[in-house]
Amino acid sequence: MQLYLPIAEVSVNIFLILGLGGLVGVLSGMFGVGGGFLITPLLFFVGIPPAVAVATSTNQIVASSFSALLAHLKRRTVDLRMGTVLLIGGLVGSTLGLLIFNYLRSLGQVDLLVSLFYVVFLGIIGALMLVESLNAILKSRKPGARKTRKHHYWVHNLPLKVKFRVSGLYISVIPPLLVGVLVGILSAIMGVGGGFIMVPAMIYLLGMPTKVVIGTSLFQIIFVTAYTTMLHATTNYTVDIMLALLLIVGGVIGAQVGTRIGAKLKAESLRILLALLVLLVCGKLGLDLLLQPAELYSLKAAGDL
Amino acid sequence: MIRAILALIFFATQAHSETIVLGLSQDSVSITATFDGSDILIFGAVSRTAPEPLDKGKLGVIIAVSGPDQTVSVFRKQRRMGIWVNTDEVIVDRAPSFYAVATSGPIEDVLSDTEDLRNRVTIPRAIRSVGATVDDSDTFSQALIRIRAKDALFQMNAGAVDLEQDTLFRTSFSLPANLIEGDYLARIFLTRGGKVIDTHSTVIPVQKVGLERWLYNLAHVQPFFYGLLSLVIAIAAGWAASAGAAALKR
Repeated sequence: MQLYLPIAEVSVNIFLILGLGGLVGVLSGMFGVGGGFLITPLLFFVGIPPAVAVATSTNQIVASSFSALLAHLKRRTVDLRMGTVLLIGGLVGSTLGLLIFNYLRSLGQVDLLVSLFYVVFLGIIGALMLVESLNAILKSRKPGARKTRKHHYWVHNLPLKVKFRVSGLYISVIPPLLVGVLVGILSAIMGVGGGFIMVPAMIYLLGMPTKVVIGTSLFQIIFVTAYTTMLHATTNYTVDIMLALLLIVGGVIGAQVGTRIGAKLKAESLRILLALLVLLVCGKLGLDLLLQPAELYSLKAAGDL
Repeated sequence: MIRAILALIFFATQAHSETIVLGLSQDSVSITATFDGSDILIFGAVSRTAPEPLDKGKLGVIIAVSGPDQTVSVFRKQRRMGIWVNTDEVIVDRAPSFYAVATSGPIEDVLSDTEDLRNRVTIPRAIRSVGATVDDSDTFSQALIRIRAKDALFQMNAGAVDLEQDTLFRTSFSLPANLIEGDYLARIFLTRGGKVIDTHSTVIPVQKVGLERWLYNLAHVQPFFYGLLSLVIAIAAGWAASAGAAALKR
């Protein structure tokens, strides 16, 4: 059954898009990630214009993150003060990101920019996660090996220190602000929530306890992606409500299935699977950049998305 | 339908010795939520006030349907530092967003080059590219035609017009699903020996209707409200999902 998308101005198969949303929902339920980094490239592959794919997936992330945040708020695993600092950085970053996005769009280089961002970030994160989880498995086989926690002392020597009670930290606001800015830029350019960058940064850079990391990052992600959605909707008119609705419905159902599958798998093997998945998407996008394309020419009409 | 055509022939004007009388299967195209392309049947007849002038060459019918004109940037990729990047750009000042030509025979038989140039009938003639800054700007125009043809946005169908007894003609165009809105122009050329002896044109409006129209207008006229609406839907869906999950657990 075909559906004509009013903003993307293409006709898509309803079940294909529902299926995409569902697939990403399953993965996000299994791994606890937003799934924006998968949905945007998948939308490219089915022929949605890149600008619409990026803008619409930020809207989808708002939906999937909101239900997860509610659960975390109930468990009181959200550091609202830290979240607010990250959010301020995020709003600045996403404004910057949109300016970069629109500038490169006028040059006809936005596809390249988005692909490059994906290849670089997915490559780094995927590789780190794979190494980390393989190490964890090796260590767990050696009894007596002790976990040592690294401290980044330079973080503690910066000015403007603030107490973050829920996280049990007394650190400068500059590192969390910078993390927020970086994630905001990524959100606007890649159409992602940025959890896959923020979560490691919060654990290893800021030294936040793991139990508040996910909830706090969700808090920041919802507001930043909502803000990005508004920016895309008001400057580029590229948010497709129909497309978003299909993705959301598919995602909501998929997430419930995914959570159940995830509960049955071991945490380490789950992380290895996620790392391989991230590297797979990265590899596909990387090959598209490296191999000679079948059609060297591309078109962009005035008023095109 | 045939009776209507005959009636039209009867009352047709007598200015030229051979003129076109035209009918369409539909006056407009509506893009609805389930729009999946559309077929338009164009039919008509040649009305004559004198016997057919067979000594002046063979009769031909050419029908061209064009969508709204656009300015199109054509980019070419080259390998730079190991990856493929858009390096050259040629701006084609005017290219139709959709262009389909159907003829009653091979194009060189039914239309002379000078007439093609004058009336901009064939696909390469319908595109205008001036002031290109790249040496081989022709390859960019060809690429434009190639890419649009692959998406069925440019169609050249020689021999697709049925011409019966040099009087009745008909053809059908298939409009793809990825149409843009606007006034589409159907032009009909009646030729004899490659020379245009009569032309006729009619406008076919293509428009989004219903929900598609409403959402598109809202997104462009009230973008702030539209953005809020999409967020409200997202939040509501997220809330419903967690409420639903909680209900399932109980």
